[in-house]
Amino acid sequence: MRSKRFERLDARPINKETFITPWPEVGLATMHSPFDPKPGIAIRDGVIVEMDGVARDDFDLVERFIAGHAIDVNVAPRAMATPSVEIARMIVDINVPRSAVLDVVSGCTPAKLVDVINQMNVLEMMMGLAKMRARRTPANQAHVTNRKENPALLAADAAEAALRGFAEVETTAAVARYAPLNALALLVGSQTGRPGVLTQCAVEEATNLKLGFKGFTSYSETLSVYATERAFVDGDDTPWSKSFLAAAYASRGIKTRFTSGAGAPALMGHAQGRSMLYLEARSLLATRAAGSQGSQNGSISCIALPEALPDGVRVVLAENLIAMLLGMEVAAGNDALSSHSEIRKAAKLMLQFIPGTDFITSGYGAIPRPDNMFGGGNFDVTELDDWYVLQRDLRIDGGIVPADEAQVLAVRERAVRALQAVFEALGIPAIREDEIRMAITAFDSGDMVDRDRVADIDAAQRLLDGETTVVDVIAALDRKGYSDVAASILEMQRQRVIGDYLQPAAIFDADFHVLSALTDPNDYRGPGTGYRLDGERWQAIQALPRAWDPRRFGDDLAAASSERWLVDAGPARTGGEPEVVVAVGPAFGAAIGHTLGGLAHRDVLAALIAGIEGEGLPARVIRIQHTSDCAFIGHAGAQLSGSGIAIGVQAKGTTVIHRRDLRPLDNLELFAQAPNIDLDTYRSIGRNAALHALGKPAAPIPVRSDNTVRLRLIVQTTLMHLRETECVQREREPIELRVAIDRGARAAVAGSAVGA
Amino acid sequence: MTTGIRTASGRALSEVTLDALRAGTLERGDLRISREQLEAQAAAADGAGLRQLAENLRRAAELTAVANDRVFAIYERLRPGRATHAELVTLAQELAEESLPRLAAFVREAADAYAARDIVKALR
Repeated sequence: MRSKRFERLDARPINKETFITPWPEVGLATMHSPFDPKPGIAIRDGVIVEMDGVARDDFDLVERFIAGHAIDVNVAPRAMATPSVEIARMIVDINVPRSAVLDVVSGCTPAKLVDVINQMNVLEMMMGLAKMRARRTPANQAHVTNRKENPALLAADAAEAALRGFAEVETTAAVARYAPLNALALLVGSQTGRPGVLTQCAVEEATNLKLGFKGFTSYSETLSVYATERAFVDGDDTPWSKSFLAAAYASRGIKTRFTSGAGAPALMGHAQGRSMLYLEARSLLATRAAGSQGSQNGSISCIALPEALPDGVRVVLAENLIAMLLGMEVAAGNDALSSHSEIRKAAKLMLQFIPGTDFITSGYGAIPRPDNMFGGGNFDVTELDDWYVLQRDLRIDGGIVPADEAQVLAVRERAVRALQAVFEALGIPAIREDEIRMAITAFDSGDMVDRDRVADIDAAQRLLDGETTVVDVIAALDRKGYSDVAASILEMQRQRVIGDYLQPAAIFDADFHVLSALTDPNDYRGPGTGYRLDGERWQAIQALPRAWDPRRFGDDLAAASSERWLVDAGPARTGGEPEVVVAVGPAFGAAIGHTLGGLAHRDVLAALIAGIEGEGLPARVIRIQHTSDCAFIGHAGAQLSGSGIAIGVQAKGTTVIHRRDLRPLDNLELFAQAPNIDLDTYRSIGRNAALHALGKPAAPIPVRSDNTVRLRLIVQTTLMHLRETECVQREREPIELRVAIDRGARAAVAGSAVGA
Repeated sequence: MTTGIRTASGRALSEVTLDALRAGTLERGDLRISREQLEAQAAAADGAGLRQLAENLRRAAELTAVANDRVFAIYERLRPGRATHAELVTLAQELAEESLPRLAAFVREAADAYAARDIVKALR
C-alpha cells in the first residue's frame, strides 16, 4: 500500500539526492570522526616535535610543512592550552577584536581548529564569517565559459558579468589548447564591461603560468592543495612545489589563491578514516604555510558528497570559517551544483550570503548552465534576478548590481567589437559581423555560428608559443579606437608593478583602488560597525529594472473611454417595489475603469444586470459616495433596495450580496478575490441576488480558487483601493445612476448568458 | 601610493603610459614588478601579521631575477620524483650563489623533506 502523499514526496527534487549514514572508517564523516587525532603539541627549542599525536619523525609531507611554516611556536603553547570553547566564544564575541582571534588561532594545530569549530552552531559560525572575513566589502566571482569556446560570446559574457559588478571573472577551456584565446577574450571583454575586473583562465599549471606571464590573466586559483602526502603526490605536486608556484606568480605581480575542499580526500580515497573537516583544516593550514593570500574552499566540486551526510552543509561553513581564522581571503564555494532542490540551494547559500565573504560564490554562472565548462552552475544567468531580489529583500550586498537590457546589449557589442579589432591585429581568425550580431543577443552558445576550430586552436597555440604579449593587445585596441579599453588593460599591468593586489582579498573598484585586507580591513564589531549597505550602492541594489513608481499607477486607471456611460440622476430614492440594487463604489466607472482582473466596469455592470433581469426583476444602479468599503457599499445599497437585497461592487471588482437586516460586515455571499471573478460569475451573482429578492433558494456560487492572486496582485489591490478611497466623500448621500450601456455590449453579455 | 615606484627595468611607473606605448618605448620589463617593490609588499604583509604571505612575497622578490623558463624548470624539479636529493641540493647551492638565499633555503628544505619521505627521484 502506498500513501499518495509519500508518492508525491518521493517525486520531489530533493529526493533525487543521495542520503547516507556516516562511515568514518573511509572518511564519510563530516565534522568529526572517532579516528580524528586529539589536539596536542610539543615544542622543543622552537621546533614542533609532536603535533596532534604524531611525532616529528613520523610527519608526512603535509604535517612537516604545516609544523615548519603554519604554526607560530611562540603562540602555540598558549593557544593549545586555551579551552576550545573559549576560543569559539572569542570568535563570536563582538568585544574581542579580529586581530586577537587571528593571534590565538596562529598557534592552533589542525585538530585544535576542528575542536574549536565543533563548539559552534551555524548561527555562531555565520557571526564568525561576518567578523573574521578579511575584506570589509563583500564581493562575488563569475564563471564565463561556453561549450563552443566561441571567443565573441566569451567576450560579450565577460563584459556583461563585469558590468553587473562581478569582481573576478574566471574562464577555462574544455579543449585545453583553446586557453590563450579564451583568456584573451575574457581580458578584453571584462575590461570593456568594467575596468579593474580580475580575470583568470583555469588550465594546467604550466600553461596557466605562461598566460599570466604574458599578461593575459591577472589571477590564478588553480593551485590545488591536499590534506595528505599521498593525495599531494597523486596530484603530482608537493606543498613545496605549490608554494613555489605561488611565489612564481607573485614574482610577476599575479594574484593567486589556493583551492581545497571538504570531501575531496574521501573522494580520492585518501581520507585514512579522518573527518572531512579535519582533513580540510590540514589543507587550509598547508595553504597558509605556503604563503597563499587566500583560499577557494567550501567543498567546491565535491559538494554533493558532504551533503549526503549529516552536517553536510554546516561543514562547508566550518571550512570557510577556518580559512578566515587563518587570515586568508575566502572564495566560499556555492559554485558547483549543490542540489536539485531550489529550497536547499537557497538555504545553503544564506550561510555565506548573509554574513558576507570575500567572494560569496567562487563562480556564479554568468552564462547558462549547459555552457558552464567548470561543471558549475549552482546559480546561473537565468537566476540573476532572484539574486538581485534577495539582495534587495535582506539589504545584503551580494556583490552585484542590476543592469538594464539596453546597457547590457551596448556593452556586449562593444566588447565583441574590441575583441574583433584585437583578433585582426594579431592575425587570429576573424570575428565576422554575423558572429557579432549573434553574440550580442545570444542566450547560449547554441545561438552562435560554428567557427573553424582547427584554425582557432592553431592561432591559440601560436599565441602561447610566440612573442605576443598583452602589450600587443593594448597597442591593437589603442590603434583601432578602443583607447579606453587599452588604458584599462594597461592599468591592470601597472597594478602588477605596484603589487598592492597581492595582499589578502584584493579586488579593484572601477577607479582601480585596491580593496584588500590592508586597504579595506574588516572592522566588524557588532551593530553600527563593519560593512553597511548604504548610499549609492544601496540605491543601485534597490533599483531593479522591473521596479516601478506606484505614484504612476493611478494614471492608467481611468476609464478607457471618456464617454460618460454612468450618468448622475439625482439623490437615490428608497425603492418600494421588488428589485435588486446594484451599489457601486465611488470610483466605479469613473476614476477607475476596470477591475483588478482587467474586466471593464461596463461589462461587469452589464453582466450583473443581465443576471438580475434574467430572473424577471428590475435592476437599479446607485453610487455610494461615503465609503469605499465593499461591505458598507453593499449594506448601504440594501437599505435603499425595494426588496432589501443589493449587490455591492468596489471598483477593483470585489463584490458582495447584502440584505437590509444584516449587520454591515455580515453578508449573503462574498466574492473577495476580484481577479478570480469572470463575467459569467458576475452574471451568476446578479441571478443569485434576484433569487434572494424573490425568496427563492439560491445555491452558493462556486468561485475559482487561485492562491497566487494575493501574491501577484496585492500591490495593485492596495493602489486601486487607495485610489477609490481618495474618491470617498463622507458627507455625500448615495445617488441614482442612469446606465448608458450601448445595445451591442449589453446584447453580447446577455447573449453569452443564455449560451451559458 | 604609486610615487617613486619603479618597474623591474628601473623605469619610473609614472612613465608607463599609453603615450610611451604609442612611441614604442615600452619594454617588457617595464610591466614587471621589481624586487624592491615585492620586498615592500612583504614588509606590508609582515606589518599586518601575515608572516607566511610575507615569506612567500620575499621568495617572489628573489624570483624577479629568474627568467621565465628557469622558473618553469625549478617548479618542475620540485614536483614529486623529479629530482634526486643531490640534484635538489645542487639546485639550492646554485640559487645561493646567485644571491637568492631564501629560494635556496626553501629548495634545501624541500630536498630534506622529500628525502625523509622518499619521494625523491629513484636512483637507477
